[in-house]
Amino acid sequence: MDKLLELLNQNAEFTIEQLAVMLGESEKDVKSQIEEYKKKGIIKGTKTLINWDKVPKSGVRAIIELKVTPKPETGFDDIAKIVMSYENVENVYLAASSRYDLIALVNGNTIQEIAEFVSKRLSTLDSVIGTATNFVLTTYKQGGKIFLDDGEEDEQRSMVL
Amino acid sequence: MDYSKILNNKIQGLKPSGIRRFFDIANEMDHVISLSIGEPDFTTPWHVRQEGIESLRRGKTWYSPNKGFVELRGQISNYFARRFDVEYSPDTEILVTVGGSEAIDLCIRTIIDNGDEVLVPQPSFVCYEPMTIMAGGNPVIIRTRSENGFRLTAQELEEAITPKTKLLILPFPNNPTGAVMRKEHLEEIAKVIEKHNLIVLSDEIYGELTYGKERHVSFASIKGMRERTVVVSGFSKSYAMTGWRLGYALGPEPIISQMTKLHQYAIMSAPTTAQYAAIEALKHGDSDIERMREEYDIRRRLIVDGFCKMGLQCFEPEGAFYVFPSIKISGMTSEQFCEELIYAQHVAIVPGTAFGECGEGFARVSYSYSLNHIQEALIRIQRFLEEKKY
Repeated sequence: MDKLLELLNQNAEFTIEQLAVMLGESEKDVKSQIEEYKKKGIIKGTKTLINWDKVPKSGVRAIIELKVTPKPETGFDDIAKIVMSYENVENVYLAASSRYDLIALVNGNTIQEIAEFVSKRLSTLDSVIGTATNFVLTTYKQGGKIFLDDGEEDEQRSMVL
Repeated sequence: MDYSKILNNKIQGLKPSGIRRFFDIANEMDHVISLSIGEPDFTTPWHVRQEGIESLRRGKTWYSPNKGFVELRGQISNYFARRFDVEYSPDTEILVTVGGSEAIDLCIRTIIDNGDEVLVPQPSFVCYEPMTIMAGGNPVIIRTRSENGFRLTAQELEEAITPKTKLLILPFPNNPTGAVMRKEHLEEIAKVIEKHNLIVLSDEIYGELTYGKERHVSFASIKGMRERTVVVSGFSKSYAMTGWRLGYALGPEPIISQMTKLHQYAIMSAPTTAQYAAIEALKHGDSDIERMREEYDIRRRLIVDGFCKMGLQCFEPEGAFYVFPSIKISGMTSEQFCEELIYAQHVAIVPGTAFGECGEGFARVSYSYSLNHIQEALIRIQRFLEEKKY
């Protein structure tokens, strides 16, 4: 994998200067490489990784599986476009699975709200032939970061030479 | 009771590691950002840990053969041929030990008689001198210089040799300087070794951690040197397996068989669980080495750049995971500098003098830490220098 992308994926707060040093390249090259990634849609944006489990009243999340009949011309794209246009849908994936085709990560204030969203908005779509709703209870790891605090210290190494 | 009368004189004469006191300060302080530790921050790759666990599950809890499991020795043999181009017979030329440290101890005790001189280039890891003394030998320090990239030169070597010289310790890639010896440098050393009929203990524990285009060259791969070299290496640094305590020695059968005798009496055999894990590491771990090496390389660039920008002169290290900046600009001794830094900014780095008197004026900084951790430490060191107006 591209080392520049790997570093940005690790920490979006690295400056151009730091990235250039770490990669042993010029700042100018790093800058133009990032511009190119943006232009090509490889870099889609930057956001903060938040552990919502620790934020009071931050609502609930569910992973929704959708079994879908693909359209003759456009396959799964049309239905995916409809699903992803809802603001409360955070991620949408096409899956290679025998059980379902699309997976959507959905946010809501309450369990009822999500249940209602699925039954009224998603199940009723023409090509959707089945759904399964999985509520998220705990986020253990996300975006490559461990979210779970289980009392284990990060730095347990003893001082030795 | 006067214990000094019953305790062995040589061991009483050994200086306690000067670094202990400093570590005690660091350990008692809160919110210390440490760049002082000499081991990988990575945990052992999961597939390797799993093999260790699996061996326990299957009840593999007995001693291994004295020399180590046949399969492990076979894998070490393949590995060393594959990565460093030197062949060793798994039956007679490989001994699995409790870390590289045991292999160093065994080798020195196997070679050295009372009064023999052992050449120890410094700055270097702390164990060579005391182990030589305990074996009845006399350590002779060779001071390497920053202007030579902390490499050992043939001239420095030649000047240190006397009729009593028997063994040269060759600790490269070097802890604490990060210096490496390239093929051409090793060839110069080899001529002197041959001329004076010496034995070499080549401590290549950091052999997988070199940066830049050229890979580490094993001293045993230099023409004529295999028959007079004991290579010491292990799993700690390359596979992030420090706590498993597993290393090995490679060398000519007459030396390895004597070392094995000593190992058999003193240790019996290396840890069984660790050996099963190590087999997996050697079979499927090449990509783990690469992944960690690349990460170290990124950190190395960041930290060297950081020190240079602060005005702390820093020789570019090409191996291991340490930088060895000069702190002479402060006018303080290494110990004073490190102590003031830890009190003022809670950053722990190691005084260069922990690795020999000639480390005075330098400090060892480990980059075996996450990028965020390194960045924070650099900011604090910068603040320290600004406040002190250096």
